This record gives sequence, structure tokens and C-alpha cells, in this order.
Amino acid sequence: MSADNKPMIIGFLCNWCSYAGADMAGTSRQTYPANIRIIRVPCSGRVDPLFIAKCFEEGADAVLVAGCHPGDCHYSEGNYYSRRRFALLRELLNFMGIEKERFRIEWVSASEGKRFAKIITEFTEDMTKLGSRKVS
Amino acid sequence: MRGFVGNFEVDILKKAKMVDHTKCTGCGTCWQKCPEKLPSEFDLGLGQRTAIYIPFAQAVPNMPVIDRENCRYQKYLEWAKTEEGKKPPECRICEKLCPTGSIDWGQQDEIVTQEFGAIVVATGFKTFDYSVYGEYGGGRYPDVISSLHLERLMSAAGPTGGEVIRPSDGAHPKTVVFIQCVGSRDDKVDRPYCSKVCCMYTAKHAIMLKEHDPDVQCYVFYIDVRAGGKDFEEFARRAQDEAGAIYLRGRVSQIYQDGKKLKVLGEDSLMGRLVEINADLVVLATGMEPSANANVLAQTLNISYNTYNFLIEAHPKLRPVETQTDGVFIAGTCVGPRDIPDCVAHGSAAAAKVVALLSQDSLTTDPLTASVDPMKCVGCFACREVCPFNAIEEQATRDGRTIAMVNETMCKGCGLCVAACRPGAVNLRGFTNQQLLSEVLTLVGR
Repeated sequence: MSADNKPMIIGFLCNWCSYAGADMAGTSRQTYPANIRIIRVPCSGRVDPLFIAKCFEEGADAVLVAGCHPGDCHYSEGNYYSRRRFALLRELLNFMGIEKERFRIEWVSASEGKRFAKIITEFTEDMTKLGSRKVS
Repeated sequence: MRGFVGNFEVDILKKAKMVDHTKCTGCGTCWQKCPEKLPSEFDLGLGQRTAIYIPFAQAVPNMPVIDRENCRYQKYLEWAKTEEGKKPPECRICEKLCPTGSIDWGQQDEIVTQEFGAIVVATGFKTFDYSVYGEYGGGRYPDVISSLHLERLMSAAGPTGGEVIRPSDGAHPKTVVFIQCVGSRDDKVDRPYCSKVCCMYTAKHAIMLKEHDPDVQCYVFYIDVRAGGKDFEEFARRAQDEAGAIYLRGRVSQIYQDGKKLKVLGEDSLMGRLVEINADLVVLATGMEPSANANVLAQTLNISYNTYNFLIEAHPKLRPVETQTDGVFIAGTCVGPRDIPDCVAHGSAAAAKVVALLSQDSLTTDPLTASVDPMKCVGCFACREVCPFNAIEEQATRDGRTIAMVNETMCKGCGLCVAACRPGAVNLRGFTNQQLLSEVLTLVGR
């Protein structure tokens, strides 16, 4: 992590797949940048678009929402709602003057610790290239 | 599957057996006399079974079923609908010979709906399809067999009565080559995991072959001998020291038919040289993979599974027989490769967990459920649309409005309703909007 915590990424991770996947990354000794701050949610479908907007408003450089692979939701269908909802939100971000690359939705299962580490590493690299957001 | 822990309702497909098991005594007359001979699934095609059959000798209940696709009378009935083509024989020998009159041609598949308190998944494994390795020639050369084939050949109750013979010509093999890790520890075939049991069963086979015929010479190509466990290493040593099996560390590059023999080309990586063996029989130690449709079952039961379709425990160390779904337990090789002692322990553990669950008078549920603020709810029922558990109920207020209410037993706390609620009337205990927004504020740290 760079000294000034930049880029700062907020991650909303579903409890059953992605949070467990992040845990798996830890127990299998995978390393990834510490720029991500994780918020545990029961399901990616719990994430209100308002939370994403709030993250950006407060000065986060990027936001990640991660859930179970489509079809594997612990609650059967929560990630379908988030998939649809955040496809729309991404388009809306451009309109709000935020590069849509700053927001990602990814599917990470509980066994994919390696994949989680890879996603965070790539996302952090991309965000470092893109630079910090100018928040007035 | 519907319902929740303690109150599962399950639809079970009960296939038509065409035999009335309340009358049948399992005397065996029918399957001895049935004229239709088919390759036996249990003997992996090495032996035969009849169209009315029990799957294997120790099957419980010891009562036969009729294979509807291959039964002669069923074929006749199929023909009688159109009367096209050659008329098959109208056999019905089993019906004529059955002393209790148990044959029931009228049976149909049915769906039985039953209630259960808990569910244990123990769907086991299937062996890796060795024909994927083209270089070994499994499936093309009759004398390249899997360890399970050899197991049937060595069984006293098997198709050959325990006589180990080559499938091609019935001769007794003298030089036997074993190849380990067929469908294990190999990224090329998408099976990077170790199947755990193959090292030990190969050692057993090498020892038993020597006991069957002292003239047999076994060669074992291996990557590592993984003999972790009580007395396992000693046993694997016995295969080399007492049974005289020659262990060669390396992979086999090619096998081809050379007259009656099989030419095995491999590498001994410890000696750094190529090896060529003229073998009579090649045995592939096939690895484990989950049974077909394990993922479909997992989706039906709402439990998670990994990339290879092995089921995932609630916690790999601390909750090894539980799943993320309350009341659904897992045991045995459907979770991952393991041997018989481990499976027995795992199964016992799952049974004990079920007993512990069902012996309680009341169940403890997760308190993190959703709740509706009746003052804010406008009764749009957007929450009911998204709820996967039908936990949203209608409630009449004193001022005559209809508002939403959460059934806390049904609610699993996913929070879909919270994100869907426009007036912000629904909140999820433990994950309220206020709590999550405070987390955001703290983490961004402004």
C-alpha cells in the first residue's frame, strides 16, 4: 500500500461467496494490495446504489461489488438483481462525472481465493494508472 | 426441495420397478431365468446381468427391478403400438415363473412428496474417464483397464470368480504396469487436485496380484507416493519390499499395442533415463470426481460447490459436515476425495449433527432478519416481488392500510427487500442502511 492509501477502493463483498473467497485468499496465503477496504454484506443484492454513490461522494477512488457467480447465489437470486442494478449504475456514473472504470462488479466464489487476489491486484493497478479522483 | 430447517418438503422421483416389492421374496428365480443378457454396470461391462436384475449381490433390498429399456416384453409392448418392423418375442418368462406373482407391468414413475427435518448429501464420486488420456489408449486397447476393472477381476464374487485375466484373450497377465494420477494432479485435464486414495489402492493391487500369482511382476509409475495415515506408509513399503513391485518415478508418454503385448514407454526421472516395458496388462489409477449433476443437486438444495462440483463445507476446519444452509449436511466424497475410514468418520459426524439438531425442542434461528417500519411502509410490496423466501406477508393496519410484514422464521436475512424498498421502510438487522453507511464513512475516513 502506498503511504497515502491511494487509490482507496471500497469493496462490498457478499458474505457467502466473495467474503469467504477473500478469507480463502488469506488462508491460502495469497497476497494482494491492501488498498481495498472490505464491507461485508449478506448478499450483493443488499447493496443499495446509494451506498456506491456515498462512497464516491466521500472520496473513495473506486468501488467493487462482489457476489456469488450467477446461478450460485446463496439466496437463489440476489445476484441477478445486483447484476441488473449495477449495469445501470455504471452507465449513470459517467453522467455523474465519474469514470465508469472506477466501479466494478465481479463474481468470486468461496473457493476462488486466487481469483479474488487477482481481481484486487488488477483493479488496484488500473486505478493507480487512472489516478486519484478530484473531489472538490 | 422447499421449506427450511426442520420443515423440509422434498419431491422424490420414484422410478417404476415393475416388481411389487411388498410381494417379492428375493428368491432369484426371475433373474436366473431371464433370457435377455446385458453388460453389467456393476462389473463395468466385464460381466453380464439380465433385464430383470439386482444391481449387485449385496444390494439392499435384495429385490429385483426390470430394466424397461431392455426388457423383451417392454420392447414387445413398444412394437405393439405401431406394429412396424420385426415382431420381438413376447417373453414374460419372469411373470410366468415368479412364485409370488410380484411382476407388475402397470407400475409408473411417480413423485413422492415427503417431509423431513434435515437433509444429508452423500452422493459420492465417480471415477475419472481415462479415455481423455489418448496416449494411454484406455478405451482403445482392451488390456488397458482402470483400477476398478482390476478390482472386479480380483473379486471372488466378480465376473471371473476372482481369476485375473486379460480382457482381450483371457490369458493370465505376468507383467502388469500401474499408472498413477490418471485424472489427478494434472492441470492439463483440469484436475489439479490429489485424489488421495489411488496410491494406497495401487499398493493393495500390487500386493494382491502377487498373492494371486507369484510370477507376476508389477511396475508402478508414480509422481509421489502419498501414503499419509495410520499404517499407510508401512503398507506402501510392503508393496515394494514384499510384493516386489518396482516403483518408477515418472510419467508414461505412450502405450501402444505390440503383438499381444502392450509397449509402455515412460520415464524414470530418478535415474534420468527412459523406460520401455512389455506389459500384459496396464492398470490406470483413475482419480475421483464428483458424481454427475452434483452441481444441479447443490443448486436444488441451495448449497455451494467449487469449480469441480465438489460441495463446500460451512467451514473447512471447524464445520466440516455442515453447509451454509441450515439443516443440510454433507458427508463423504461429494465434499472432496477421501478414503473409507475418513468417509465413515465423516458420515458418523453428519449423523450426529442431525441427531443433535433434531433432539432440540426448539430451533435457534439467526436473529439478523429484515423488519418493516409500519410508519414508513406504503404497501407497494416491491419487497414481496424480490423476496426469494416468500417471507413477506400482508398486514392490515388500524387506519385501514395494507402494509408489508416480515415472517421472521422464513426470512434468511439476504436484504434484497431493503435494497428494493423505495420509501426506506425495510431494514435488515445487523446490516441496516445506517450501519453500512457508517462503515463507508469510517473506511473512507474523511
